[in-house]
Amino acid sequence: MARTKRKVPPLNGSSMADISFLLLIFFLLVSNMDVDSGLARRLPAPPQTEEQTSVDVQRRNLFIVLVNSQNETMAANQHETEWYANEAELRGEVGGKVALKDRVKEFVLNTANSLDLPELEEQDFGAPIGVVPVTASHVVSIQNDATTSYKAYIAVQNEVVKAYNELREEGARKYFNTSYGELTEMQQKQIQDLYPQRISEAEPKNYGGQ
Amino acid sequence: MSTTSMPDIVFAILFFFMVTTTMRSETLMVKVHIPTASEVQKLEKKSLVTYINIGPPMDVRLGTGTQMQLNDRFAQVSEIQDYIAQEKASMNEADQPLMTVSIKADEDTRMQYITDVKQALRQAYALKISYSARRGD
Repeated sequence: MARTKRKVPPLNGSSMADISFLLLIFFLLVSNMDVDSGLARRLPAPPQTEEQTSVDVQRRNLFIVLVNSQNETMAANQHETEWYANEAELRGEVGGKVALKDRVKEFVLNTANSLDLPELEEQDFGAPIGVVPVTASHVVSIQNDATTSYKAYIAVQNEVVKAYNELREEGARKYFNTSYGELTEMQQKQIQDLYPQRISEAEPKNYGGQ
Repeated sequence: MSTTSMPDIVFAILFFFMVTTTMRSETLMVKVHIPTASEVQKLEKKSLVTYINIGPPMDVRLGTGTQMQLNDRFAQVSEIQDYIAQEKASMNEADQPLMTVSIKADEDTRMQYITDVKQALRQAYALKISYSARRGD
């Protein structure tokens, strides 16, 4: 059978752009570019034995930050105690009180070697930091009430983390003469060892519970 | 003006969005208005992150009490351990210690609930957590 070669009709491609536009708009709408972000914390491992294992901390090494059910904050170490009525006071914006983050920094550094602030220990952090005295055993303990709002708790957590971040930034400027973000991973590790985040996620105490 | 190259350009953009997009894998059943914080860190690897959503239910008929959503259903705090074990099992063995639990909680949640969740996570050995927060002052 003799076949005649048929000509394939050309495909009209002018609507391709419209179709791909539709698809594009669909993906534009459903895609969410926002990456999840948050305050990273590490919980302590669960107690191994029946009786509660609690670590004894010397009073001078302990900084208690307590958020009560009225979302007021008490920041207490052996040196002094301060009350903050709201978030703006916490940040030192109103009320003329020393901001929580500055208190935490003062507590962690203990530059004056005060007896009421954590004890200083000489430790070697490697070049170029060398042997410097640090408050190796300080603890910032954040405690809360049963009816504290999550928002107030996060605000306090944030202020404490901010204190550590500023300390690290200052450390990077002092020892490496650059900002913390521009250090190599090794150098960042050194600074982290110098100012470790020692924030205690306290065992829950049932203040104001049922 | 010639527009013959327009489909090519549009396709290029289209492929970019197709590759970068991550479909919302679960529908939220709780209202979560996460708090703002200035010191947030980004959660790097999405495959390592497990989410726990806490907040009042979207459906007003279910009341305004705090509820927790794991995967696609409401759950009790006591179910967290099973959920974490299940999520861990679905991961690479090498990745398991790196698992991060992102707590997405509504800012008006009472801390009692968060504390209970935290204790359950400790028992489940999911010790790396992240309090989800929006960047802002």
